[in-house]
Amino acid sequence: MTTTHRPIDQRVEAPLKLTGAARYAADHAPEGVLHAVLVGAPVAAGRLTGVDTADGRATPGVTAVLTAADLPSFGTLTAPAAVLTMPFSDDVIRYEGQPVAIVLAESVAAAEAGRAAVVVHCDAAEPAVLGAGAREPAPGVEEFVLGDVDRALAEADLRLDLTYVQPPRHHHAMETSGTVARWDGDRLTVWDSVQAGGTVVGVLAGAFGIDEQDVRVICPHTGGGFGSKGFIWPHEILAAAAARIAGRPVSLHLRRSDQFTAVGYQPWISQTIRLAASADGTLQGIEHTVVNNTALADDFVEPAAIASTAMYAVPAIRTRQFVERVSLNLPTPMRAPVEGPGMWALESAMNELADAVGVDPLDLRLANHADVCPSDGRPWSGKGLREAYEEGARRYGWRDRHSRPGTDGPWRIGHGMATCSMGSFRFPGHARVRLRADGSVAVEAGVHDIGSGVQTALTQIVADELGVDPAVVDVYWGDTDLPRTGPTYGSSTTVGTGSAVAAAARDVGKQLAALGVDVDPAEALARAGVDALVGEGDFTVRNGFDMDGASTPWAMRTWGAIFVEVGVDPDFGLLRLRRAVGVYSAGRIVNPTTARAQMTGGIIFGWGKATMEESDQEPVHGRWLAKNLSNVAVPVNADIPADLDVSFVDEYDEHAGLIGAKGIGELGATGVDAAVAAAVHDAVGVRVRDLPILPWKVFEGVSSCDTAPDGR
Amino acid sequence: MEFRTQVTVVPRVNGDPVRTTVSPRTTLLDWLREHRGLTGIKKGCNEGACGACTVLVDGLRMNGCLTLVAQCDGREITTVEGLSPPDGSLHPVQRAFAEHDAFQCGYCTPGQLLSAVGCIAEGHAGDEGTVREWMSGNICRCSAYPQITAAVLAAGEGERR
Repeated sequence: MTTTHRPIDQRVEAPLKLTGAARYAADHAPEGVLHAVLVGAPVAAGRLTGVDTADGRATPGVTAVLTAADLPSFGTLTAPAAVLTMPFSDDVIRYEGQPVAIVLAESVAAAEAGRAAVVVHCDAAEPAVLGAGAREPAPGVEEFVLGDVDRALAEADLRLDLTYVQPPRHHHAMETSGTVARWDGDRLTVWDSVQAGGTVVGVLAGAFGIDEQDVRVICPHTGGGFGSKGFIWPHEILAAAAARIAGRPVSLHLRRSDQFTAVGYQPWISQTIRLAASADGTLQGIEHTVVNNTALADDFVEPAAIASTAMYAVPAIRTRQFVERVSLNLPTPMRAPVEGPGMWALESAMNELADAVGVDPLDLRLANHADVCPSDGRPWSGKGLREAYEEGARRYGWRDRHSRPGTDGPWRIGHGMATCSMGSFRFPGHARVRLRADGSVAVEAGVHDIGSGVQTALTQIVADELGVDPAVVDVYWGDTDLPRTGPTYGSSTTVGTGSAVAAAARDVGKQLAALGVDVDPAEALARAGVDALVGEGDFTVRNGFDMDGASTPWAMRTWGAIFVEVGVDPDFGLLRLRRAVGVYSAGRIVNPTTARAQMTGGIIFGWGKATMEESDQEPVHGRWLAKNLSNVAVPVNADIPADLDVSFVDEYDEHAGLIGAKGIGELGATGVDAAVAAAVHDAVGVRVRDLPILPWKVFEGVSSCDTAPDGR
Repeated sequence: MEFRTQVTVVPRVNGDPVRTTVSPRTTLLDWLREHRGLTGIKKGCNEGACGACTVLVDGLRMNGCLTLVAQCDGREITTVEGLSPPDGSLHPVQRAFAEHDAFQCGYCTPGQLLSAVGCIAEGHAGDEGTVREWMSGNICRCSAYPQITAAVLAAGEGERR
């Protein structure tokens, strides 16, 4: 009884978000709520010697200033808590902004005034800064070795040995993280801005030594996350602790400046790629070495080298991962993690190899296409990369790009391309579908609305499965009282939750069939005299989490090709994105409207990473140089042309889940940086290997060229 | 010059006069959220860099975080809650945002909508380049910019017709 309706072309939550009715964590103000503000350490390294709270407490409206002495000792934290070394647990200052006090007040303004009056005393020490921290092999990561890379490098016709760097960058979700906590006896309710509410429950229960059943996390809307709200951060625990101490609900909505240190960021990453190739460009070996910064006390590894184990048909691969400990807060995944940085290095090196061999970069990729997974020989669950290359080249006009004018006024025009790819994270989940006697359908899934359009996708899936009009489907989400789904990160939501919802709908379908399929659902229920049919659905993966199909016979990834046209003004080093074409192979596209928005957003994220975004560690004091949105560039509307052409290869991946889909949220953000760097080189002959590609780097490169480059 | 600890003003909020006594330092953003319970206006940076708190003051778009309530005596404040007509239908700019899928997480959306209304009223919605430039005070980190531009152009077109 599958009737496919026209895809929903307007998000089902549109009325909420367009009228201000959509409520985010800090929009909740339970009766008697106090506002909390964190007081951070003023130096990046040293020892806390005292916190003078008298003037803070005397500030009108302030009800309390909490320091370490006031806080309970928390239970042992384990992942997915991001930070396992809670602030306040000792007197060591490990980064500037590390919370040392919490001001509670009757209003936001009073809390901020109180914050300014708190005096923090410390013995400052020399901070460990990026590039000078202690390096060690990445904890928990084993070297990957296939074949003999050393021999491949020794015997190759062509060898490249190149290092690519990207700076730390923050997620800059428009909604800063925030938690509103309320205790009712020993029961804790939090309105939290998160990407995985189900995992918050266990961490809070563990921290406070209470039962998981006594913790409820409500998160109807998340104002962007991009990874920053994926794991559980100390402020979520501190808000609940403050509420318990105060005996009143507490709202801790991070100030923008505190967001820089209270949650993570994408770390500084340096990657060295060594390629061995024969004279025609056939790859013989890849060595990929990655070092990323982590915090002094906690570990974060950015496993970027995975990209090189999965991308090209190559007989010898070796990857290594290191971390460097510096006086900064802990990094975390950011759209796009893993292959985000990994493809920046690998795809840039492939573009340089194409130039060294003298072949079109697209042909180099086609020649080295991996028909099976290079690291273990498994077949792909689905791969339409060749089609994506071909369709992208056609839509872009790649093959005759250099027959078009190469200048436009002061702008030199360059063209670049790269492969896009993300691994497939799959999490188990449970969902419920309720067909009511009036013919309406309720979908219950504790998934989060982070802007990816999950409610629309789930509505679409259930309407298709049950053959009902999408208009009769209601989705209930964002509450841990609902069936637990997987998280809303790792591009995993549609495949995981979508599959669970499809299974629940099929369960309803089976029950309906037993009542007689030839009649209208509502009529069947009425005839049987039941109020509702309730279907339960599970999406299961072995071991509770599956990465890239590891627990299956299939290697699972998503794919794509990105082509960009960039204008470069050689006199000023300015860059302009003129247009982009992205074609993606990611299984079935459940809803074209929301999928297009995801890919468009990813490309823009990639442009920001390539040309603008950078969070600098101040080299003397060790703190973030700028902790605001005024002095940290992110793309705005003027930076982005309307001509972003996004399309998908028509396919259905029957192995990744129950609905043919795979993840797309991060795919679009991969490869863009490498394509942009190639386009800059194409335009003015300048190779920039450390992101972002800022005007001064282009200008210096142009100035240092002996002869006017033609870039061809 | 005398510094007073409280001032009394009467702004009109979405058409209704509201008499209020506030600290001279209270921002329109905090006042609307905490005192009026109008949480459509969002705090993104609190220093005029992101546009999430954009409202209309006498029809002009302003950052609520950089506007003091004390400045608003007798002024007409329009928030997203007051944008749609009382009959529950959507304002043409809201409709255009829905039709062009011009939002994702929705956090910047109230500010984008009011900024779009102001942008169109200023006559800055005639072509793509102008819209992109004049909508650049509102950051959308989900990056729905092409869709926002399309929505503003369409709504502006509708207005001129």
